[in-house]
This record gives sequence, structure tokens and C-alpha cells, in this order.
Amino acid sequence: MSIIEATHLTKYYGKSRGIVDVSFNVEEGEIFGFIGPNGAGKSTTIRLFCSLIYPTGGQAKIFGKDAIKHGPEIRQHIGYLPSEVFYYDRMKVIDLLKYSASFYEKDCTQRLHDLAEIMELELNRRIDDLSYGNKKKVGIVQGLLHQPKVLFLDEPTSGLDPLMQKEFYNLIREENQRGATIFLSSHILSVVQRMCSRVAIIREGSIVDLQDVQTLQRENYKKIRIVAEKIEEKDFDLPGVSNLVKENSILSFFYRGDINQVTAVIGKQNVSDLTIEEPTLEEIFMHYYE
Amino acid sequence: MNIFVHEFKMIFRSVIIWSLSIGLAIFFFLSIYPSIGADVDLINEMMQSFPEEFLIAFGMADMDWSSILGFYGFVFAFIQICLAIQASNYGFSLVSVEERDLTADFLLAKPVSRLKIMSNKLFAAVTGLTITNAVVWISSFVFLRVFSDGVPYETKPLLLLMLSNGVLQLLFFSVGMAISLLMKRVRSVTPLSMGLAFGLYLLNAFGGMIGEDTLEILSPYNHFEPNFILKHAAYDLPVAWISVAAIVIAIAGSYVLYARRNIRSAV
Repeated sequence: MSIIEATHLTKYYGKSRGIVDVSFNVEEGEIFGFIGPNGAGKSTTIRLFCSLIYPTGGQAKIFGKDAIKHGPEIRQHIGYLPSEVFYYDRMKVIDLLKYSASFYEKDCTQRLHDLAEIMELELNRRIDDLSYGNKKKVGIVQGLLHQPKVLFLDEPTSGLDPLMQKEFYNLIREENQRGATIFLSSHILSVVQRMCSRVAIIREGSIVDLQDVQTLQRENYKKIRIVAEKIEEKDFDLPGVSNLVKENSILSFFYRGDINQVTAVIGKQNVSDLTIEEPTLEEIFMHYYE
Repeated sequence: MNIFVHEFKMIFRSVIIWSLSIGLAIFFFLSIYPSIGADVDLINEMMQSFPEEFLIAFGMADMDWSSILGFYGFVFAFIQICLAIQASNYGFSLVSVEERDLTADFLLAKPVSRLKIMSNKLFAAVTGLTITNAVVWISSFVFLRVFSDGVPYETKPLLLLMLSNGVLQLLFFSVGMAISLLMKRVRSVTPLSMGLAFGLYLLNAFGGMIGEDTLEILSPYNHFEPNFILKHAAYDLPVAWISVAAIVIAIAGSYVLYARRNIRSAV
């Protein structure tokens, strides 16, 4: 069963675009990546699922139930970590976390303290005395303390130091192994590459591609670099070639399609060196945004 | 219940400060009466030298300075303004503060309905306003007794005046709340609440001065004018009902608007 479903989900803020006709499914136990630059609609999508905003069209469903109609019931099992965290400044960390825990049916006290220990969070400080990174830690603890079945993470590690990022991703993996479905939005590709099984790429409010991370890397694109004398750019004017760059006798490009077609062309050249490699997700990603 | 407790804690300090300040104001106003009451004739003479419009504008026309209650009717207009500012403050900030400080993301992602959030916030604010109201009641009765110097006064008009406080508070509170929900974003609460509380006061004063009844009818200060209530020992019906109707509409409207509201994000 799909845990998270978006069907033709559309959101306009007045006239300005949020997202347009976004559809995807996330299966139980999956870590689903959601990638795109700032302003592409990542946060909008997540906020629609948390019913912080209401869709202009289409439907957002979690556990097969409408995210708006069954909002309170669904949110009992959702953890949400916003990209920018803001809490009641005058409260102490422990009071905020207890307030957060008081909304859930289960007793979260033990988990609360465990998480605070893992994230090295000082519980007795006031929120407004915390640095941005520490506030983010509060966000992580309040998002995880009720052991949710679904986690929405919106740029979760911005502001965290590398050591804490590692702790955080370990934590997320543990949650996932426990059975939690994870929706991870980010613009840092290496993270998504490492963590996720599938990834949706969003651009200007629409999903441009949705694939297995491995497929995206392996099957589609090759990064080809040829060193040959008298090599001409026009020889490689084939369908599927992009980002063609020539520097002296070095020609490099991305290729998507039947590899024989390109090797046939390469065969006609007097090649002195040739590399064909998998592009990084970063490079694939840039490709979508040209 | 957890939201109610949280919300009440957030406004508790403000409630205490407002209550003490208003209580003190009542004390100071009434403490000058003994010296005024001794020179009633002089005061009346002075009043007659002012233009009639001026007196109407400040609610000082046909005042009875010879009784402490008549005097209280005059000064109580200022207490009403204070109550109005406090109530509008709570109304304007009730929902908007969470959006301004971006804490709405935290609260609304919790497993509670907006209806429940709104109701809890509303009851927390109304509890705060009721505490201030109670302080107004107590200080009015206590200080009137202290400074009346044993001269008797009627209790019924005073009771009616005190009973109007709650309606006045609810009106400014609910109208402030409704306006804040009609706005896309409330950057700062104080100018809005001051504007609402003083604006409607000026509307009443101005309407009285130029003798334009329609302006007065729009102002809640006119619906519960202290002089009228104390003099007639009755409310100015049916205009007082306008306030009640406005409260019902503003609260119902606020629930509808909040249920449909899109919460702004930080970026």
C-alpha cells in the first residue's frame, strides 16, 4: 500500500505558483528523496501533506486518507521537521518538548530523553538562547519523539555540523529500519544519493523525473570524455548528446541512449584516450536545470 | 487542555500588568473625587464656560458631579478605552502571533484540529480578559465605597455598568481577531489595537459633536456609554444589541476564516 500519495496536487498562492499537477506515490518503508532548487515547490508539497496549507486542486493522501479531512488523526503518526525552525522563544527546551509530547496518545518521555542525549541537546536552556543549529536539534527531537510512522524532513540538516549530520542520518536510518516511511527533501544530492531508494526531481513546481536512484545514475546517462586529434564537435551532433564541450583536443559530453551509436562515431576518430563513466547525481541534476 | 494551559501561560504576565494598571487607574480617578465633590458648584460653573460640542465630545454634557457615581460615569470612559486596547491586543495577536513568529508550523502539524486550537486559544484569552474584568469590578466597588465618604449611591446602575464590561471586551477582542484573520499578515499588533480602540472612541466623540447618530451607532462606546447607563439605570436598547450581534458575527467569521487559512512559511 502506498503510504504517501499525491494525485494532481496543485497549489497557487493567489496568482503565484506553488506546485502544479504533482503526482507520486511513496511506498511503506521507503526513503523517498525530493530534490530541487530553492523555490521549486519542495516545502509547498510537504506543507500540503501536513495541511498547513490547502490545495488549489488535486489531493494529498497519507495512509490512504485525505490529509485535510482526516488531518488530526493522520498527524498522530506524522513527524514534521520544517526547513526553518521557530519555537516559542520564552520557553525552556524541556518545556517545549513536553508540550510537543502532550499532543500524542503515547508516552514519549523516555524517547524524548534518549533523543536529546543522542543529539547532545541541553534541555534546561531557553529557546531564544540557542544557536540556529541547536534550535534545529530541538526540531529534530520534537519531530521524532512520538516515533511517527511517516517522517517529513524538509532540508533537515541545514545548520547542523557534519558530526551531527552523521548522527542525524543514522537516526533516520534507524527510524526507517523500525518501519518508518521517510520523505526527505533536499538540494544536497550526495545526501539523497546515499539515503534514498527513489527520488523525484522537481523544477518550477512540476516533477520532471521520478526514478530509482540507481537507475538514474546507471542506466540513463554516461559521461564521455574523448581525447583525439582533429576531433570535431559536429561529428557528435547525435540525438541524446548534451553538454558538449570542446577544449583543444578534448571533447566531453553527456550521452543518453543506445551506447552503440556513440561508440560507432568514436570508432571513426583517432582516439588517444577515452573515459566513459557514471555521472554523479549532481551532474544529472544540473542537466535538468539547464 | 494542553493548548489552553500553554496559551494562558503566554498571556499571563500581560493579564497581570493590565489588571494592576487598570485597578490603579480606578484608584487614582476616584481618589480625586473627594476634593472635586467639595467644589461641585465651582466645577459646574467652569463646565458651563466650555462650548456644548466640546462637552458632548468628551462625554461631559449633562453630568451630575454632585454624586460620586456621576463622576465615575465620566472617568469610566477612560477605563473602557483601556479595556478595549487590552481586548483588541489579545484579539489581533491570538492567531497572528504564531504566524509572525513562525511557530504556527509547530502547532498546526500536531494532531489537533484547527477548531480545537482556535477554541483553546479563544478560551485562554477570554479567561485573561475575565481576570482583568474581575479586577475592575472589585476596584470599582471597593474604591467607590472608600471615596464616597459614606454618602450613599445606587448599586443597580453600577452593576449594570460593570456587566457591560464583558460585552465591550468581547466585542473588541472578537473584532480584532476577525480583522487579523482577514489580513494576510499582521506585522505589529499594537498600532492595530490602538487604532481600533481609539478610532472607535473618536467616532463616538465626533458623532456626538456633530450630532450624527449613524456615526455613534457604529461605535461600541456609544452602545455602553457609562453616563447613560448610570443615569437611566438601564442599557441603551436596542443599540446595545448591535455590539452583541457584532460579537457573534466576528467569532463565527473567525472560525470560518481560520479553518481555511493558509499558513505562511518562513521562506
